[in-house]
Amino acid sequence: MIRNFVLAGLAAAAFVFGPTAAEAGRDLDAIKARGTIRCGVQGPSNPGFGVPNAQGVWGGFNVEVCRAIAITIFNDPSKVEFVPVTTQSRFPALTNGEVDVLSNNTTWTLTRDTGVNRFNFPAIIFYDGQAIMVSRRLNVTSARGLNGATVCVQPGTTTELNLADFFRQNNMTFRPVVIEALDELRRAYDQGRCDVFTNDFAALAAQRTLLSNPRDHVILPERISKEPLGPTIRQGDEELTNIVAWTVFALIDAEEFGITQANVDQIAGSATDPRIRRLLGVEPGMGTAIGAANDQYARTIIKAFGNYGEMFERHLGVNTPLGLERGQNNIWTKGGLLYAPPAR
Amino acid sequence: MSTIETPPATKTAFWNDPVKRGLALQTVLIVFVLLVVWAAWSNMSANMVARGLIFGWDYLGRPANFAIGEGLIPFAPTDSYGRAVIVGLLNTLRIAVVGIILATLLGVALGVMRLSSNPLLARLVSGYVEVVRNTPLLLQLFLWYAIINTLPGPRQALPLGPGMFLSNRGMKVPWVEWSDVLWPVIWALVAGIIGAFIASRALQRRREATGDAPPTLPIAAALIIGLPFLALAVQGFPATLTVPVLQGFNFTGGIELSPEFVALLLGLVLYTAAFIAEIVRGGIVSVYKGQWEAARALGLPAPRIMRLVILPQALRVIIPPLTSQYLNLTKNSSLAVAIGYPELVHVSNTTMNQTGRAVEVILVFALVYLTISLLTSAFMNWYNGRVAIRER
Repeated sequence: MIRNFVLAGLAAAAFVFGPTAAEAGRDLDAIKARGTIRCGVQGPSNPGFGVPNAQGVWGGFNVEVCRAIAITIFNDPSKVEFVPVTTQSRFPALTNGEVDVLSNNTTWTLTRDTGVNRFNFPAIIFYDGQAIMVSRRLNVTSARGLNGATVCVQPGTTTELNLADFFRQNNMTFRPVVIEALDELRRAYDQGRCDVFTNDFAALAAQRTLLSNPRDHVILPERISKEPLGPTIRQGDEELTNIVAWTVFALIDAEEFGITQANVDQIAGSATDPRIRRLLGVEPGMGTAIGAANDQYARTIIKAFGNYGEMFERHLGVNTPLGLERGQNNIWTKGGLLYAPPAR
Repeated sequence: MSTIETPPATKTAFWNDPVKRGLALQTVLIVFVLLVVWAAWSNMSANMVARGLIFGWDYLGRPANFAIGEGLIPFAPTDSYGRAVIVGLLNTLRIAVVGIILATLLGVALGVMRLSSNPLLARLVSGYVEVVRNTPLLLQLFLWYAIINTLPGPRQALPLGPGMFLSNRGMKVPWVEWSDVLWPVIWALVAGIIGAFIASRALQRRREATGDAPPTLPIAAALIIGLPFLALAVQGFPATLTVPVLQGFNFTGGIELSPEFVALLLGLVLYTAAFIAEIVRGGIVSVYKGQWEAARALGLPAPRIMRLVILPQALRVIIPPLTSQYLNLTKNSSLAVAIGYPELVHVSNTTMNQTGRAVEVILVFALVYLTISLLTSAFMNWYNGRVAIRER
């Protein structure tokens, strides 16, 4: 009788506390079984990178990266569930399986790749660096003239650490104002609570568009850190790693080969370059090798969103409110850092 | 011959015996609680192992590498996570202690005012209480923070008085520069407080015995203020004042009340005071009307009726719900994450994100809040025991 009671208690406890997580390495199987991939994006919104429109449909650079991954897996860009996460909630959300992939400008660092977090960064999609924004009224031209400044910064990011390191290296002191919600933090800076607003350059440019007078604020030239950003997944699923990596590489290759949204069908029909024929699935085999839905995954992605450069210019480039130059985020043949391994 | 037959002892079944039944039920309950705790722990361990996480406290000794905006003890990015947690804890205690004192003073005043015979005053207070009680605290915090941030910048700071400035960087006031010569002053202050306490007890006894004694207040004030002053005078007034001066981006010197601290304090005090006002009003109303009438019949003036007759009886009703308001205020201080006051949860969040030790970090702050709450409860229960009706 006692044993029965213990068993019943155990069953109840198991019911209450839920089962332990599935074994590692099954992420892609779980995504396929579910029929959608859950993509964590910066919430409530991040101009240029991920913004829901009036109908609640997400758009933006990071959002299209997730849709491209969905094309590779399902041959269907709509099979994505977007989950807004904050800088604080993103890692628990990924660890616990609430999202399958983070596409929210997460920096690839050693501890995130290897430490207790154990994530995987299959490819770099954006080369960023931490920057510092100040009001023009302060007449500051260099980040080295900021001794004693009050700095608005988000918690729980590498940003907070880089900031402390930078001021320490230059024997300067600062006073942090740390607020998690980016909107609240920006409001505090806008109202003059801080002299300085720091974040990754691209995110800072995005936040600047939301200030009351964007033109009154200048982003200083120094980059105080390296911030390679890319889609982040849990460690232990090689198949999902391959899919994410080669989806990003397809976007980069397409730009390198001059394949665009407009000409992709024409090039697929007439190309003689074996590299292009393999990428677009004219010669079969590459899609199957990475575990894609079919060999034409790259062609479908480019048809839907264009190549890397087209995506960049549409959401982040000089003709958008963010107004970012390509800079390091250009193809290696044009002086940038984007370089994809060969598809063969 | 008749003998008294002892009736055969009826054997009650153990489930009909209330003592044994109670014991059995309690045992079952304890076993169940232990099972739940065990299941939660083993589930957590299994999940952590499955995700390759290791439980441990080694991170507390590692350098934190982030900065904290304000604290009662100095903190540099090279200090450890453990020290960061202590800085956060002290900030929590600072807001809780100051908040509880101010909320009590304001709450009691509001509660008494709401019972005022002046309808304007009573209505104003009741309007305040209803508005503040019925809107979310988080919203109020955002409001106060936004209002404080609309103050002019440090270079256009509003002068409040000699050496005092108000800007969107907070309030700056002159402060005594700390040095070791101030220790005798602190001890003199402590001695003054203890002396004042002993003197007031002695005077009270004498008043009860003879009906005549010198007034307490001037004597106590002389002890509390005079002794530290004497300690300063003996040393020839060695203390120096630091006065805030605008330098570069901000003021240096003096002490600062940051906008985050002020916004949080305003929000917590005004919110909690509204609840305390209702508790105080309820306590006063609960005192039987005859007590007022009897006191008036003795010819006591209204303020003394309140202080000597009504409040002591009302306290018995007021103390228990007041305790939970104190606990609420302490726990609500964690809403500071939203406006950036670096209290315990705020610092813990950053630590959690930098180290990935979610379970350990949450265990720490859960235990700390539990300890603070239990200590507050214990103190208030002791106080409640003192004011409760003693049955004779």
